[in-house]
Amino acid sequence: MARLRTAGARRRSMGEIAYVGIIGFLAALALLILVGPILVVLATSFTDSRSIRFPPTGFSLRWYELLLDEVRSRQIHRAVGNTLTVAAWAAGLATVLGTAAAVAMARAAGRAGRLADAFFMAPLVLPGLAFGLAALMYFSLLGFRPSLEMLVAGHLIVVAPFVLRTVGASLSQLDPSLLDASRSLGAGPVMTFRRVVLPLIAPGIAAGAFLAFMASVDNVPVSLFLSSARTDMLPIRMWGMMESTLDVRVAAVSGLLILTVFVLMLVMERFTGLTRRMRG
Amino acid sequence: MRSTWGLAAPLVAPLGLAYAAFFVAPLLMLFAVSFYADDRMTVLGLGQWQRFLGDAFHWKVIGNTVLLGLKTVAATLLLGLPLALAYRAASPGWQRVLLFVVVMPLLTSVVVRTFAWIVILGREGVVNQMVMGLGLAADPLRLLQTELGLVISLTQIEMPLLLLPLLSVMARIDPNLMDASASLGASPWRTLFRVILPLAAPGIAAGCLLVFASSTTAFISQSVIGGERLVYLPAMVWQQAMVVANWPFAATAAIALLVSVSAVIAVIATAGRIAGGRIHG
Repeated sequence: MARLRTAGARRRSMGEIAYVGIIGFLAALALLILVGPILVVLATSFTDSRSIRFPPTGFSLRWYELLLDEVRSRQIHRAVGNTLTVAAWAAGLATVLGTAAAVAMARAAGRAGRLADAFFMAPLVLPGLAFGLAALMYFSLLGFRPSLEMLVAGHLIVVAPFVLRTVGASLSQLDPSLLDASRSLGAGPVMTFRRVVLPLIAPGIAAGAFLAFMASVDNVPVSLFLSSARTDMLPIRMWGMMESTLDVRVAAVSGLLILTVFVLMLVMERFTGLTRRMRG
Repeated sequence: MRSTWGLAAPLVAPLGLAYAAFFVAPLLMLFAVSFYADDRMTVLGLGQWQRFLGDAFHWKVIGNTVLLGLKTVAATLLLGLPLALAYRAASPGWQRVLLFVVVMPLLTSVVVRTFAWIVILGREGVVNQMVMGLGLAADPLRLLQTELGLVISLTQIEMPLLLLPLLSVMARIDPNLMDASASLGASPWRTLFRVILPLAAPGIAAGCLLVFASSTTAFISQSVIGGERLVYLPAMVWQQAMVVANWPFAATAAIALLVSVSAVIAVIATAGRIAGGRIHG
């Protein structure tokens, strides 16, 4: 993997050996740091002890059993339900509205197009925490009480950029001659969109919807301010479980999330080439 | 692309309206609220701003927050750049594996990744067991609730955000340029600094921007790993809004976060454009 190209040179100087060694070492360290923590959490979740330590003292599924217990983990279950409901609505709305906007913006070249793009991408770089607080003040001062609808509205803004980016990338790869061909064969704009454009950008839309859904499930800054005891969200509940007494069920929730992400990623990779789309 | 299907405006309008109602309006409200002088929000005035900007402690918090972001950017670059170079040199099969490994942590909840570092850096954590096992220290090292521990954690938590744009530009660099550089007698280091890095500048800037934005607003990682003694702007915003219930002051602190982060982001973006423009322009 760290076989770096040293084209042309047959005799390796000390400098080249140092280069391969240093770059290779740092790259390996980067990989270890990226993957290690995830494996540590996964292993920890199967511990049989009441304290969180690695390596675990013995294997058991007790924390998963406790987590799945409907009575003793009722609050967590409710938070999971809320999180999935909000994510489905936010990602669904973002996919429909975002795809429509991306299609329109793909044709808006020049300054206006770039400005619109920067505006719609802004939630990605603006501090989410400031936006979360802004949303809380806005909804409260308008007289709304905390609700899942409010969370959907806040999450919609945060996840829409993911749809815009993946659908926009798919559209930019679309061959314009296909559209000309469709038109010269007598197809109207709607027909061309449904029969030519949509099938070609479908994988991009699916990837965008998936990323939007995951971004909503993971969202902290908006949920931190908009959720309440009744509309508790999973990341916020997990934070609470970590802050007070370090509850080992956090490890079990984490383990389930990791396995779910892994499986979903394999599926999305198979059908949409997800990771290549994310690389861009 | 020529106009082939439908009209642009009706298609952008729904998302535009959603942004206006749920993004622009709340941010305007945030600004408005910061101009209430009292926490009951009855008297307008610049009181909150005077209180915020007049206190050296708040400036220190702003400085610490920006510094935390910059340290995280530096650490992710130190490890992320070599990984991107390895990615460039890897076979297509390995590239797919590496990409999967980079994306996987990104899609795994931030809270899960934060929790992982508690397990690793804690008193009985992985690092301390190794250090004590090797006899390098008699007592457990204190890593949680330190800035070092926080930067290490954020490095893993934010690195995928740097790597995605970086891998994308790296993959597009023409290998012939490197061969040319080498055959003209340049050492690999010279090729790295004079050919690869300038060409990758736009991707590096895009990645740094995302890492900076994300690490400065990472409230849960900052509060759980950093602890209460290390105060950053997000904790201040949260505390003022949800514990003290002083919304005008919380709004002022949130705008300070917004402005300081945006200023640094503008600098990074401009630097990326200049470095990229010199090569591509």
